Amino acid sequence: MSDVVEKTLTALPSLLSLDSQPGSAKLSSTSKLGNLIRGITELTSKHEEEKLIQRELTSIKDQVSSPNTSMRQMKELMVRAIYCEMLGYEASFSYIHAIKLAQQGSVLDKRVGYLAVSLFLNESHELLLLLVNTVLKDLQSTNLIEVCMALTVVSQMFPKDMIPAILPLVEDKLNHPKEIIRRKAVLALYKFYLIAPNQVQHIHNKFRKALCDKDPGVMTASLHIYLQLIKENSEGYKDLTASFVTILKQVVGGKLPMDFNYHSVPAPWLQIQLLRILSLLGKNDQSTSEIMYEVLDESLRRAEMNHNITYAILYECVKCIYTIQPKSELLEKAAKCIGNFVLSPKINLKYLGLKALTYVVQQDPKLALQHQMTIIECLDHPDLIIKRETLELLFRITNGQNVTVIVEKMLDFLRISKDDYTTIDLVGKVAELAEKYPFETMNTVFSLGGDMMQPDIPNSFLKLLSEGFDSDEEDRKLRLFAVDSYVSLLQSEPNKLPQRFLQVISWVLGEYSHLSAELEPATVMTLLSKLLDLKHTSSETKSWVLMAMTKLCEGGVAISVAQDIYETHSSSMDTVLRQRAQELQHLSQDSELYLMGGVDSSLSFLDGFVSEALAAGAAPYKPPHQRQEELAQAKALSLEPYSLSLPISMSSCSIADRQSPTLMSMSSGLSGDSTDLSHKGGSTTLKLDGVKRVWGREGYLAQREPVEETAQVEVPSPLRSPSQQAEADSTQSQTPTPTVTPELEQDKQQLASSLFVGLGSQSSVCLMGKSDPTPQRFRRKAQGRASSSGASEKTPTSLGSTPSPVDNLLCNSLLDSNLVSEPTNQTPQASQSLDTTNGNCHEELTDVKENNPSLIHNNEEPDKPKDLCLSSHLPTELSGLSHSEITPLCSNQSVNLSACHVQKEDSLQLVIFIFNSSDSALQQMQLQVDSGELKVNYCLSLITDSPVEEVRSHSVAVCHYSVTVKRPSVHVEVLGMLSYQLPGGTPQTIQFSHKLPLTTFIRPLTLSTEEYGSMWLAFSQDTKQNLTLINDDQDPLTTTLNVLKKKLQLHVVEIIGVEGIVACQLVQDQPCLMHCRVHAGTLAVWLRSPVPDLPDCLLYHCQRALQEH
Amino acid sequence: MIKAILIFNNHGKPRLSKFYEHYTEDTEQQIIRETFHLVSKRDENVCNFLEGGMLIGGSDYKLIYRHYATLYFVFCVDSSESELGILDLIQVKVFVETLDKCFENVCELDLIFHVDKVHNILAEMVMGGMVLETNMNEIITQVDAQNKMEKSEAGIAGAPARAVSAVKNMNLPEMPRNINIGDISIKVPNLPSFK
Repeated sequence: MSDVVEKTLTALPSLLSLDSQPGSAKLSSTSKLGNLIRGITELTSKHEEEKLIQRELTSIKDQVSSPNTSMRQMKELMVRAIYCEMLGYEASFSYIHAIKLAQQGSVLDKRVGYLAVSLFLNESHELLLLLVNTVLKDLQSTNLIEVCMALTVVSQMFPKDMIPAILPLVEDKLNHPKEIIRRKAVLALYKFYLIAPNQVQHIHNKFRKALCDKDPGVMTASLHIYLQLIKENSEGYKDLTASFVTILKQVVGGKLPMDFNYHSVPAPWLQIQLLRILSLLGKNDQSTSEIMYEVLDESLRRAEMNHNITYAILYECVKCIYTIQPKSELLEKAAKCIGNFVLSPKINLKYLGLKALTYVVQQDPKLALQHQMTIIECLDHPDLIIKRETLELLFRITNGQNVTVIVEKMLDFLRISKDDYTTIDLVGKVAELAEKYPFETMNTVFSLGGDMMQPDIPNSFLKLLSEGFDSDEEDRKLRLFAVDSYVSLLQSEPNKLPQRFLQVISWVLGEYSHLSAELEPATVMTLLSKLLDLKHTSSETKSWVLMAMTKLCEGGVAISVAQDIYETHSSSMDTVLRQRAQELQHLSQDSELYLMGGVDSSLSFLDGFVSEALAAGAAPYKPPHQRQEELAQAKALSLEPYSLSLPISMSSCSIADRQSPTLMSMSSGLSGDSTDLSHKGGSTTLKLDGVKRVWGREGYLAQREPVEETAQVEVPSPLRSPSQQAEADSTQSQTPTPTVTPELEQDKQQLASSLFVGLGSQSSVCLMGKSDPTPQRFRRKAQGRASSSGASEKTPTSLGSTPSPVDNLLCNSLLDSNLVSEPTNQTPQASQSLDTTNGNCHEELTDVKENNPSLIHNNEEPDKPKDLCLSSHLPTELSGLSHSEITPLCSNQSVNLSACHVQKEDSLQLVIFIFNSSDSALQQMQLQVDSGELKVNYCLSLITDSPVEEVRSHSVAVCHYSVTVKRPSVHVEVLGMLSYQLPGGTPQTIQFSHKLPLTTFIRPLTLSTEEYGSMWLAFSQDTKQNLTLINDDQDPLTTTLNVLKKKLQLHVVEIIGVEGIVACQLVQDQPCLMHCRVHAGTLAVWLRSPVPDLPDCLLYHCQRALQEH
Repeated sequence: MIKAILIFNNHGKPRLSKFYEHYTEDTEQQIIRETFHLVSKRDENVCNFLEGGMLIGGSDYKLIYRHYATLYFVFCVDSSESELGILDLIQVKVFVETLDKCFENVCELDLIFHVDKVHNILAEMVMGGMVLETNMNEIITQVDAQNKMEKSEAGIAGAPARAVSAVKNMNLPEMPRNINIGDISIKVPNLPSFK
């Protein structure tokens, strides 16, 4: 034991050659820290440790604040404080001293000081402000180490608002002769980009320079930035693809110095980074992908399987190959590689193999088939992580035939899993499957998942039940089944069910128990009332139960039950319960009221009350926004001395006069869920909690499609019907399976065949419709349909079901297309149109004005028949206005989607053209457009030459939307989905996204300087920044503002000397004011608006507009 | 991006913790505890990746760890890092081996006594959550260069105050070799060097 200590201590000076002052202080530090550590290791309880540390901290505190403590002692104290902090004891008193040490000490002290600072503080800590000067000083130091330290601390944590102060210095470091400094500067800038992208806008070309740096290290560092940039906007960096490919080629070819080799692999981490970038660039882009095929092939070939790190490269390679536009040879090789991973005895590689398979099966389910035995083995693997990964994989290949087995496996896992995270995750997945496939599993999910599951699962389940499917018969069956199964559950042992499940049960019974003929409402009431008596029932559940009862209380027995319940609960401590009990009682006694139903959203019954109150002198009601405005007005300085103060009272009077009481109560902001019964209940039961409304029909987005499988009742055992068996056998015979099959093997074989049913020859039909990486629970009527087609129609012959992967990758903005990769070549049409018009969505706004149809013709390829002048299809009321360039959105063999927009005074009109390029008509066409940031109003759909919802061959349909911004952001994105059906084919969906720059929503705001003045003071959101000034000799301010005016449609209110004021509005009526001042060669702008984020976004566009000038 | 780097021993005592994202003190401790809890119950022959610590944050994050003798080295990363790449970063050639070079046969005690040095080495390797350098020799050169420069700077000493201390120290070059370490007996069970 002691020799270890001895070794450490004697070796000290040589090991820590930085320990240049091996003096007494160092020694005592070791022994003091040593004492502390020894003390701690000797302790037996947490309590003792706490006491010891507290004592230690007190002594550190004393010494730290004593004026006699030298820097060196301070340093030693800091190390001890770091140690205490690491153990979780706060040493906040030392923070300021750490900063002081970084400020004043020698290099060595500084280092400890900086280290302590970076461990103690975070970017929002107020003390950091004190560090800014030190950092500034050190950045300018000639000492490399000081610069390095400063850069390190800057990249660890730096307050966002202080970045401008040091940005120029860090930028300068990009030209530093030492590569290590350049490298660190690049990373520091990357960090700045992450926390404040707007502020490093202007140095993007310097990033390019860093990428071309002669030192590979600096180049490697710059890849971090590019990975991030390309992740955010791959379109903007396509031009760099060739450079990245060249770099990778050189690296793979061993052109780098030997220093960069690691286990004789040239710069593996660099390769990994490059491959990731390439996969982002090549995704959905044929021409870019083509550039990289060769180098990918080369990488695959060069990476010999000998070391962990080569596997890392291979893994990235495989992922890249499957992400970019497919090429058959490469896919083959990649598939072989995955095989190597999966079959590897090394557990880490197996894990990655499974991950790769999970990624790949969406395109090529056959691959899973090849490895089915391995997958089965992994399912029984002792490592839970592997097991989970396998389930994830199975989840992706679930279809109508194997769902039973897979869900069973998942539930097995759920039973043994102790980990909360896994439970939640898995419950979500099972719910998704169970919901998509048979219904009964849901019960198991609810009882097993218990109260752990996310609340949206039961909610959406209920939504699904209530909204039902297209066929009423199906709905009725499903609901009846639910009612029956729940009644039998309640009759057996309700006390074991989790709360969430009870809530679901009571809702279903309340809503649908009338469907069951033999079920008396009274019976249900009695069952429900039993729930109320259970001890562990939470009050939330109780109110669900009571709600259900209010729906049921009718007829003789029910009334008496209701009466009982009213008596027990009318004195309940819980106000909600009391209220519900009241309602129940009233409803049960007044059958007339019970039958009436309906909601009086105008709250007209309150008119009398309101007018009485007004007569008695009460102030009239003002909605919150009006109140706020008035408050702001009152606060703002009055610029017109006589006009403002007086009318305040007058205006409020006039409001009272103008509005009838009814009107006022309508605008009173009370949600309209008080039902008529509130008449009876009087003022005590005014407001009801409208639980039921949650599942109302509005807001539900997925279209209604027939879902067939809901009717079938699941057989929960893995036994298969003979027909399935036969099918499974046939599947099995197609796949290589081990020849020797002992009994155990046979079990596995059986399992395999039941797991991989349906993945065989028919697998070219999309299996799961799983096109989202994030599970969209219960929103899957469209998906359900896809999967049912996979299960029931085994004819992949229809036009729609064998699209080439290209199409889907093209139009699918999400990374997984739900398609099988049949290594076909791409459809030239689709990809060409994408190439030629790359990035056109971001076309500058000003182009809009000059644009005319002829320009569009030039741009699009004239040889394509589909480019019948699309603009001629513009809706008539828009055809007179100038419109933006028509941008292709996405396409496959049958449909081409493109869009353009027209700016109107009060809104933006988005027009989407649907061109049917196939030879047959599209039927049942539905287009949905949705956006988080936008309010989309559907205007009208004009479909030329054909009836609604059908587009004839080679003709165009036009959909027209009016959009306004809900929430400003730099680019607003519109997501859309088109679903259609070809005659005799399966339903298809195609997704697209369209980006609109915020500038398209900006309109000039004309106002006078006085109005400007009063508005300025009223707005709360503000942003300041310096912009570059366009320098021409005469009047830079006017020139700059004119550029902004031209490009962004701002209104220049007035220019006085070196200051100017500008105003604009975001449609509709969201003003933004800008104050500009020329200061030290830059334009200091100050933006204010009542809308959060608007100033920031506008600033971004100003910056760009000036840059591009 | 790397979110956090943790080193703790077999008993869950933290030996080094570095977070590249801000968490509160309590959360940090909880993360360390939870991570230890997750990692320590795993066998030796299972994979080195772990998903889904609730605290560190959801499905995008994973823990990549290695166990050497008495210590666990855990990197918490998001999906933009290559799993095997990080594993190798921890492993032989890079982090551990650099420590080994710098401390000559590193053991747990080295980490305890020289927390600051370990942090400095780490800073050369990972900066602000990004992998900066993967070449061990380069890291060692950097660390050495810094040490040397500090040494010389301390000798020349710019400020008078520093000069005094420097002179004082120059008189005691051999001190550490003569330390009487007889009375220091730290009870740390089982501390073989690890590699």
